[in-house]
Amino acid sequence: MQISLDINGSLRDVYLDPRTTLLDALRSHLGLTGTKKGCDHGQCGACTVLLDGRRVNACLTLACMAQGAKVTTIEGLGSSDALSPLQAQFLNHDGFQCGFCTPGQICSATAMLEELAAGWPSHASTDLEGPFPLSHAEIAERMSGNLCRCAAYSNIVDAIQNAAKDGDAK
Amino acid sequence: MSLGKSLPHDAAPLHVTGQARYVDDIPLPATALHLAFGLSTIAHGEVTALDLSAVRAAPGVVAVYGPEDFDPVPDCSPSAHDEPMISTGEVLYLGMPLFLVAADSHLAARKAARLAKVSYTEKPALLTVDDALAANSRFEDGPVIWAKGDAARAIATAPHVVEGQFELGGQEHFYLEGQVAACLPLEGGDLLVHASTQHPTEIQHKVAHALHLPMSAVRVEVRRMGGGFGGKESQGNALAIACAVVAARTGRPAKMRYDRDDDMMITGKRHDLRLLYRAGFDDRGQLTGVAFTHLFRCGWAQDLSLPVADRAMLHADNCYHLPHIRIESHRLKTHTQSATAFRGFGGPQGMVGIERVMDHVAHALGRDPLEVRRANFYAPAEPVASAGGASPPGPPEDISEQAIGAGPVPPSPDETVDLTSRGAVEGQPERGVAPASPGAQTTPFFMPVEDFIGHELVARLVETSDYAARRAAIADWNAASPILKRGIALTPVKFGISFTLTHLNQAGALVHVYQDGSIHLNHGGTEMGQGLFQKVAQVAAGVFGVDPYAIKITATDTAKVPNTSATAASSGSDLNGMAARAACLTLRDRMAAFIAGKHQVKADAVRFEGGRVRVAGESYGFDQVAAWAYLARVSLSSTGFYATPKLQWDRKAGKGRPFLYFAYGAAVTEVVIDTLTGENRILRADLLHDTGNSLNPALDIGQIEGAYVQGAGWLTTEELVWDGKGRLTTHAPSTYKLPACSDRPDVFNVALWGRPNREDSVGRSKAVGEPPFMLGISAFYALSDAVAACGPGYPALDAPATPERVLAAVQRVQAHV
Ligand code: FES
Ligand code: FES
Repeated sequence: MQISLDINGSLRDVYLDPRTTLLDALRSHLGLTGTKKGCDHGQCGACTVLLDGRRVNACLTLACMAQGAKVTTIEGLGSSDALSPLQAQFLNHDGFQCGFCTPGQICSATAMLEELAAGWPSHASTDLEGPFPLSHAEIAERMSGNLCRCAAYSNIVDAIQNAAKDGDAK
Repeated sequence: MSLGKSLPHDAAPLHVTGQARYVDDIPLPATALHLAFGLSTIAHGEVTALDLSAVRAAPGVVAVYGPEDFDPVPDCSPSAHDEPMISTGEVLYLGMPLFLVAADSHLAARKAARLAKVSYTEKPALLTVDDALAANSRFEDGPVIWAKGDAARAIATAPHVVEGQFELGGQEHFYLEGQVAACLPLEGGDLLVHASTQHPTEIQHKVAHALHLPMSAVRVEVRRMGGGFGGKESQGNALAIACAVVAARTGRPAKMRYDRDDDMMITGKRHDLRLLYRAGFDDRGQLTGVAFTHLFRCGWAQDLSLPVADRAMLHADNCYHLPHIRIESHRLKTHTQSATAFRGFGGPQGMVGIERVMDHVAHALGRDPLEVRRANFYAPAEPVASAGGASPPGPPEDISEQAIGAGPVPPSPDETVDLTSRGAVEGQPERGVAPASPGAQTTPFFMPVEDFIGHELVARLVETSDYAARRAAIADWNAASPILKRGIALTPVKFGISFTLTHLNQAGALVHVYQDGSIHLNHGGTEMGQGLFQKVAQVAAGVFGVDPYAIKITATDTAKVPNTSATAASSGSDLNGMAARAACLTLRDRMAAFIAGKHQVKADAVRFEGGRVRVAGESYGFDQVAAWAYLARVSLSSTGFYATPKLQWDRKAGKGRPFLYFAYGAAVTEVVIDTLTGENRILRADLLHDTGNSLNPALDIGQIEGAYVQGAGWLTTEELVWDGKGRLTTHAPSTYKLPACSDRPDVFNVALWGRPNREDSVGRSKAVGEPPFMLGISAFYALSDAVAACGPGYPALDAPATPERVLAAVQRVQAHV
């Protein structure tokens, strides 16, 4: 079927089998290979992208379901000369080793900070009403859907904390 | 000077923007074929009929290959030629590839692979250590036995004895990027292979062999891997060979990527084993004699199991001087995935064994396990002049001349043998002279331990982690807490650095300086996240006195640097850093001689620093000197080579010096367990690790933290389960519990020891890839400590210490009378 996707601010038309996942559409049909396939079963988070700002596993989302939404991938968050605050902090804090989980981590963290700002509590929150101090435990809980086999977790948490501070300072 | 700086990973800007390219991201022509294997559904038996007609007829399928399509079926083994790419009729494990499908999409290939009609005659499968022992199913004729002193007598006459046995589980690599390879046919039958591999030369060799091509007809390129951890040392061979075979037959590019579940079903994992021990000791806990038996489950093919099991024996002593020791190692052949290399390469398994003895002895004596550990430490290193921090390493000698003819007569060339594999050849006994230091204590394999820093390192960690006070506080806390119990343990690490197959300890590099002063660096090591490329670039930048970012780091390529060893055994920066350094020094010397000649001064008066070249009071840009040197017809390209000195090793006898040096470390972990459910978590970890003069402290700390988490994961949550039919039931992260962000200890303190390597390594640094993995052992013994607080018995934990096992151990110690 013919579908039209709004990806990183531009409309892309693509002809797909209706059962194609958003992940395969991005990687195999649209040449956007920044989004990674780690497990293809919604278990690792490597494929995390944003749909209207909310994080989803692209491997569990059909491409046709993303019609009408704004899809943001790692390529749309920033570029080498205009890094997003999270991208810059992942770079400063070595928030990765092999880098394979990194696009998913950054997309996930981007939406996670929004969720926090919107007052969504997590399992680790002590007070459901907020505010939610950005503790290690809070970040760890909210990022637990993104596996990093290199276990660069300390640096990932540092990067997120610092990006959040950057955001507050603005 | 760029050495020792915490510069970010060279590809960092690419990683954070999603531009870093992995094999599956490389654009291929639309004609590319996608491959998948059809897998066996039984663990042992014969295929009586393989009906592939439905597979052939499936939409998108272009070709299907069964065993009869090959003569012979290509071999994928890095060692004993016992791994046909697809079964030749005999099924040896559940998940074994039976046939190969090529289709115009990945999905079409995978769907078609399910359509085969396979009939089998099933045979009883040997799945467990007991099955294999009963059937005497093993690699090598019998167990390998190394002995020093008289362990049996020492144990028999000891004041006290402990003995026991435990199971030590395997571990799935779960490199986040699964196995993948792609092959492009070139003119004249040549092939270009992109593979996610730690061992490009082996892929080159195996592909060439499969297609009866000379190695020169196959080029393998590896820019990076999304994690390797040992799982990409040999386990990618089958994919690369399959792609090459299809590309050669169809003339179309071919790509193969295992789906995650297939990856876990097909590929090998860390070796699991049963470990038996018996130890005699005195009232202080000092061991008088110890005997170990290792029963390794190696799976269906030999792969790298022999050197893995050897390395377990080589680390059976860890930090402890054991004058009377006997180690018996069985390498059992079972109908399961072929266990393979995994960070530490058997070393962790050996080390957990001796740490178990320490833990058990301390329990028997009612002492702090740390006291028992310290009582058994090797004697401290004698201070040596060369270890002074101020003395930079001299330029590496040109050892290429010496190396020729200096070694033993090489084995007669057999083109089927991959000489660069850790598993391929029996170690040639090296008969060079190992410089022994008189009086130094020796390991169970008679290597003098000349650099033991465990005493000081542990003393520092005890202080910084506040071990003694916390141990006392935990005892009080436990006394008042009936349900939750805490535990703490400090375990040390001593890990030998070098390939135990001595001839693999060599590396090459290729460096070009272009006329505009830009520098191109290439070496035989592969990048899998460990930061090797960045470290080697820092070495090169240091030699030329330029900014590390001025160095162009390029993909590992068998056409640039040949005959490389796997990036494994933690040796990546040791070997490749030295080779790159040698190449850069050659070029710098040529440039210095040229510019000195123009100024009529000696070449050694020329300085390369800050991107400038200073000579006779003048200062020129590096690019200026490069341009002049080009015009003066000075060669601006050089190779570099390095061979690790001092090694000699006879694996059959278990004697010699297999390692250039040891890397050390220690960790304190504190845990809490719930005695009603067995649930547990790590509360705090303090790590102190020896990286010599770190080449890049930030990268090293990242490696150490990651390794600890992975090591603790191995011993706590990562459990592999096979059912009674030999089916791996934990074949996805939904059932196989990998450490997540929330499993990182709440308090996590990591420090570098920071004294120079006493051996002349690159920048006097030490290898860091594997050694800190074993810091995770402290988590396991902290759990043992917590369980021990529940009753009088010894916990005797099996690994991984899952909640179920912790709960069982709690009940055991409580029931103990
Ligand atoms: S690839 Fe989507 S969650 Fe793993
Ligand atoms: S950086 Fe390798 S998986 Fe996260």
